[in-house]
Amino acid sequence: MATTLPPPGIAPPVDAEQDLRPHDGNGGGFRGPVPESGELRSVSEPSGEPTRTGIWVGLAAIAMAFAALTSALYVREGAATDWQPIALPPILWFNTLALIASSVALERARHRVAAFMRGQENSRSGATLWLNATMLLGLVFVVGQYLAWLKLRSQGLYLPTNPNSSFFYVFTGVHVVHVLGGLGGLTRVMVKFRSSTRPLRRSTMDATSYYWHFMGMLWLYLLFILWLKL
Amino acid sequence: MGGKIFAVIVILIALASAVPIITHTFLGASVTPPEDISTHGFEIDKQLDETMVEAGLAFLAAQLVLGFFVWQFGGRKDAPLKNFPGGAKYLILAALLLVGAEAIALGAVGSKAWAKVYFQPASADALPIQVQAGQFAFYFRYAGPDGKFGAIHPDKIDEGNSNFFGLDPENDVAARDDIQSGEFVIPVNKEIHLMMHAKDVGHSFYVRELRLQQDFVPGLDLSLHFTATKVGKYEILCTQLCGLGHYNMRAYLNVMTQDDFNNWLKAQSN
Amino acid sequence: MSEASVPAVHHGPPTSFIRKHVFSVDHKVIGKQYYALALVAVVTGMVLSWIMRIHLVWPTAPIPGLGWLSKAGAPGGVVTPEYYLSLMTMHGTLMVFFVLTNAPFAAFGNYFLPIQIGAEDMAFPRFNMMSFWITFIAFCILIAAFFVPDGPPLAGWTAYAPLSAIGKDAGPGEGLGQTLWALSIFVFCIASLLGALNFIATTLDLRTKGMTLARMPIVSWAWFITSCIALLAFAVLLPACLLLVLDRVAGTSFFIPSGLNVSDHLQPHQGGSPLLWQHLFWFFGHPEVYIAILPAIGIVSHILINSMRKPMLSHKTIIYCMMGIGFLSYMVWGHHMFLSGMNPFSALVFSFPTLIITIPATIMTLIWLGSLYGSNLRINAASLFCLGFISMFVSGGVSGFFLAQPSIDIYLHATYFVVGHFHMVMGVAAIFGIFAGTYFWFPKMTGRMMNETLGRWHFWLTFIGTYCIFMPFHYLGLAGNVRRYSAFTDDYLVPLLPVHRFITYAALFTGAAQLIFIFNLLYSHAKGAIAPANPWEATSLEWSTPSSPPPFDNFGGKHPVVYHDPYQYGVKSSTGDYLMQTSPERAGETP
Repeated sequence: MATTLPPPGIAPPVDAEQDLRPHDGNGGGFRGPVPESGELRSVSEPSGEPTRTGIWVGLAAIAMAFAALTSALYVREGAATDWQPIALPPILWFNTLALIASSVALERARHRVAAFMRGQENSRSGATLWLNATMLLGLVFVVGQYLAWLKLRSQGLYLPTNPNSSFFYVFTGVHVVHVLGGLGGLTRVMVKFRSSTRPLRRSTMDATSYYWHFMGMLWLYLLFILWLKL
Repeated sequence: MGGKIFAVIVILIALASAVPIITHTFLGASVTPPEDISTHGFEIDKQLDETMVEAGLAFLAAQLVLGFFVWQFGGRKDAPLKNFPGGAKYLILAALLLVGAEAIALGAVGSKAWAKVYFQPASADALPIQVQAGQFAFYFRYAGPDGKFGAIHPDKIDEGNSNFFGLDPENDVAARDDIQSGEFVIPVNKEIHLMMHAKDVGHSFYVRELRLQQDFVPGLDLSLHFTATKVGKYEILCTQLCGLGHYNMRAYLNVMTQDDFNNWLKAQSN
Repeated sequence: MSEASVPAVHHGPPTSFIRKHVFSVDHKVIGKQYYALALVAVVTGMVLSWIMRIHLVWPTAPIPGLGWLSKAGAPGGVVTPEYYLSLMTMHGTLMVFFVLTNAPFAAFGNYFLPIQIGAEDMAFPRFNMMSFWITFIAFCILIAAFFVPDGPPLAGWTAYAPLSAIGKDAGPGEGLGQTLWALSIFVFCIASLLGALNFIATTLDLRTKGMTLARMPIVSWAWFITSCIALLAFAVLLPACLLLVLDRVAGTSFFIPSGLNVSDHLQPHQGGSPLLWQHLFWFFGHPEVYIAILPAIGIVSHILINSMRKPMLSHKTIIYCMMGIGFLSYMVWGHHMFLSGMNPFSALVFSFPTLIITIPATIMTLIWLGSLYGSNLRINAASLFCLGFISMFVSGGVSGFFLAQPSIDIYLHATYFVVGHFHMVMGVAAIFGIFAGTYFWFPKMTGRMMNETLGRWHFWLTFIGTYCIFMPFHYLGLAGNVRRYSAFTDDYLVPLLPVHRFITYAALFTGAAQLIFIFNLLYSHAKGAIAPANPWEATSLEWSTPSSPPPFDNFGGKHPVVYHDPYQYGVKSSTGDYLMQTSPERAGETP
């Protein structure tokens, strides 16, 4: 295994502490002073934070899934002559406002949480207020989507009625499932924020926020597609 | 020791694999495409042969080099290490140029054969025949003297009474003289425009001797055109998994002389 | 203390039995769980293939025990045509999803990626645990299809609509079993997405000091590239399965057109597109086969470098080739659909990148071969399977060259030529990668050596046996032998039966040879010779752990520091002809 003093006959040892030149031909570089092999790292890890990477990767997968559904929509429309435009329930616009407002509320909450963590604020109440607002607006959105479905049903438009209604329910349904997941993440953030034993990490707050904002942007995109195609 | 055994075995396997390709037989069975009776098939066969030569040479070369190197260097201990002359550079270049050129050449040439089958529409005087694929049989329809096909009504399909296509001769004039057949009868040396209709699920139409294959897609009107150049009976096979009877779903292509075909058609009308 | 320096993973060792062996967040346990699941799946899939092969050449032979499993499907043990197709469907589904995606990627990747990059565990250990158990649930849902009254689905692992979408009217095998299939794959997609996410975040963020991306072993690169492919591919299959389930149970018409008369039942559906299913499925399906082969390519490269005692001619090239294949894999899905009825012009569009994919594959092969030149190649079970992989990769790849051309595909589509092609690359080459990895890493995972003699016999019999099975498939294809037939009754097929008999004998023989492997695996686990810490004199980080198997946090409380790439072979050092990545020693001149 690795030894610290190579036997004579090999190239003279170079002090590992100071020798930052790459030892291999592949241009591998160190990014800081090299501790002795075997010590726990005490310098900050230059790599990214996994939670942040994870959320972007996850959002990429979700985007891809909706891209697949979008292409299914286009192909299905082109495949047959049974396309029957439906009127989008007006409540959708209100729901959109609620979702956008919830993102705004979440950003306010994020700033208040950061301020609290930095010690600039003494009380959690400001951040909690805005987090509650986010949750509430999110729930308003979910309920509003359900009301939109009820409106369609009252017009006799169910899931299998025609391809337009099918895609409406599938798009909004899959989106709402992900929004519910986002609400779960927000709940987790709120619980951790209040906890003293397992405190909220900035990366968790950020990741949850990115996810939530993505749900808002995704909704705007879906609304556009629904309006354009259905 | 193991290296030498590997080398021998891989070289033997490579050579043994090539034998049936060259002799066209394996264990007494003929393992080669059957005689081509189409007007476009010779290009496909040429493509196949060329690819076989190039791919075959690449296959043999790679396996032989693998065997040779493992023979030479397998089990060697403490010998001075050597790098392949030129390193990776020339190998990458060789792969790029050889394979790239081959790929482009085959792609370009092959597209001609493909275009012949698919890009050109059937000529105006091709004989239109319709085929319907359903679980688990092919049925063929001829337009009859009026030259028109009656409409298909899926709800009127009644196999028990031989109404395979769901025709409505009472209300549909064009359907009255349509001729249904379980056999695909065509005149030789005459272009056929085959219109394909799927009754239930996906099927596919495959006649090896015609070098022709095309899926039936429910909901899509697809068609093929071809000309058969030799009289005889050939098997039509379903090549798209369609259910339990898939293995048994076949019909016969019966290529007749023009006179025989005319007689056959007349006989069907009665 | 800044945010970044808080360790991302820091869980204490588990104490209870459940936490240690069942619901464990330890990536090593999860890796072994995936391996065990893959083992169960591969044995099941292999048995199914034996039954299929036996039925094809002895159609009236009763299979012992099968009548108990399904009275309707195999009365008296004699396989019915629909049951043959069901067995075939389950064989394909089990092998592609639960073996080829699980073993080289999820099993070995989970076990070794964190260790190879010097991390304690994956980035998200609890997601990791969930990934495995969700995969297990998907497996249970799939197996449940064997036991429903209508039997397992029979639409093939490709489940083309409308056959797969209509429901019971489409015939036996298309009842609840097909819905369970779609649900199982839906669940599998979720698990795979979580897994891919974990791999990506771990590779990008948890590398230890000195472990730059360039210093990762080729196999870690392979796992990383595979997880990027998997992320986007499974994200497309997931909604596709959802739409399929909706067509089956909710009366929607995504894939089912109007006007279908199925066994005298008029279908109420309107205007759906069967081609839509094919597009969605193959957009996933083609990257999926590269998900199956890339980890094996990585494993084989990794082991070969060690066995040759010399670096590859160019590691960067292999990594770039893997990336190129991954990228191109998204552009070629239509080559499964040349004759599907899609616009014939698009066939040429898809054919071109399909032919181009040959280039990186050829480059890699030439580099492997060129690297063998002048090496001191150690021959053992692991390296033999690597050499066998190269042979199989060439054979399988070469037949792909035929199928990539639409005009040739007119003749060869849906024949045994296709079946021979994909079995050679997936069913043999990728499996050889799994075998090589097993023989190579067994000492690290268990602390014991596998029996070398048994390993070599396993190799010889399997290598020869699989060639005897799958090479003749190509000859059958050239004769136009159609695939997915439960019996060969056509005029032109009857003379080919001797070939099929030969294949069946070879299949049963090769299957029996796998018992040697299973015995070796289980026996060595309990009674194998104790393994030295670094039995293969290898350089990468997994061989520098303080014990075999590694302690729960892999490095015993320490974080390794990396000074080299993992290709320091053929160098003069105090340890011999190699330098471990963790060794601060500098290499002397290459001898």
